[in-house]
Amino acid sequence: MDTDIDDPPRLPSVVIHPLVVRVCHWINAFAILIMILSGWRIYNASALFPFRFPSSITLGGWLGGALQWHFAAMWLLVANGIVYVLYGVVSGHYRGSFFPVSPRALVNEISNVLRGQMSHRLGVYNAIQKLTYLVVIVLGIVLVLSGLCIWKPVQFQGLAALMGGYEGARLLHFFAMAGVVGFIVVHLTLVVLVPSTLLPMFTGRAPRDSTSPEGGP
Amino acid sequence: MKKRPRLYTALTTVAPKEIQLLERRLFLKRSLSLGALALLTGCDVTDVDAVHRTLWAMSKWNDRAQGWLFNPHKLAPVYPDSAITKPFPFNAFYDEDEVPMVDSGKYKLTLGGLIRDKKPWTLAQLYALPQVSQITRHVCVEGWSAIGKWSGVPFRYFLERVGADLSAKYVGFKCLDDYYTSIDMATALHPQTQLTFKYADQILPAKYGFPMKLRIPTKLGFKNPKHIAEIYVTNVYPGGYWEDIGYNWFSGL
Repeated sequence: MDTDIDDPPRLPSVVIHPLVVRVCHWINAFAILIMILSGWRIYNASALFPFRFPSSITLGGWLGGALQWHFAAMWLLVANGIVYVLYGVVSGHYRGSFFPVSPRALVNEISNVLRGQMSHRLGVYNAIQKLTYLVVIVLGIVLVLSGLCIWKPVQFQGLAALMGGYEGARLLHFFAMAGVVGFIVVHLTLVVLVPSTLLPMFTGRAPRDSTSPEGGP
Repeated sequence: MKKRPRLYTALTTVAPKEIQLLERRLFLKRSLSLGALALLTGCDVTDVDAVHRTLWAMSKWNDRAQGWLFNPHKLAPVYPDSAITKPFPFNAFYDEDEVPMVDSGKYKLTLGGLIRDKKPWTLAQLYALPQVSQITRHVCVEGWSAIGKWSGVPFRYFLERVGADLSAKYVGFKCLDDYYTSIDMATALHPQTQLTFKYADQILPAKYGFPMKLRIPTKLGFKNPKHIAEIYVTNVYPGGYWEDIGYNWFSGL
């Protein structure tokens, strides 16, 4: 028997982010950025609350331009989102990465964080991460559905009624956006705090050591 | 219908085609020229033009997608009297004190294009048509909405009465305030699309579009022309005041 098969050389790295997830992640990042920045411009045309977003951080230049961006990028966002969610469900990626989220693990993790001890192993999510990723996926779905009800409140009036009609869908769309923006702020802050998470989002690979419990920071 | 900078409206009366192209370019430039351009760092002017062409192409694609989504039998929700928004907001591309004052005695609605009987209509003749009322939600492209009560003749009835070619693609509108727009025939024939003569059971006030507007509860507000002077039926895409500078043409709800 070939000894190479029985005792293969130790691999320097392992794949922690499958290719589909990485491609979807970056397409999503691009689409979400366009949706949020153009969405802020659209919000400014008729503000729901007594504030507006500074024009300099919006996309589109005027309402018509912002709407063009928003209604172009929505196709990218939705198509990419469908691929990502289907892959996540069919491949078992979600089952493996995001489930189970037990309340006990969540409590443990929160107490760890409060004691300043964040556990982080590349490619393995702790309970807070699992819950956060699940929530942001749900927020994404809520954004798409509420957006659909704002865009087509007559054609999708049944769905819109569940959200309190056209005006209810506007509010829901806004709050779901705020939730996603909050997620992005935390997400990016953590990347800054743990920079070793960034490269694997491109290459998919992480040093074998960093993925084991002992090697984690 | 919100204000578009005065400069542009003044210029359009001088040399419409050239200026429209110019103003479209200006608006498109503006649509990219701000902080978020950081998204496209390293782009030269050609890339910017390519982005604009892509956005316009996507808007045309969205016209088609909305045409498929539009169910000609699906009715917009209707509301009770108690839901009516008071006061109903005034909205146009000019201020309220610039609303056109129309002499009802001299007014005539003219018809053009693929219509068999192009005889102009006086207000008295229009008012004699069978009328219905609706309480529906007006949704502005800006995002706000308001509920109002409109009365008038179902537009389908009117189009059939004058012998319009119902297989044509578009119905276009020219207005006394120099506004213009156009809609797809499927929406023109929708049961709630109404040639409106009254608001809240009163003759349509000047600020809401006297002598008549087209009320379309399945389209955004700017697709509801006011102060209509001419209605024409055509197979040649007529565009619109806002549509020509970037608002999506179909803009269905």
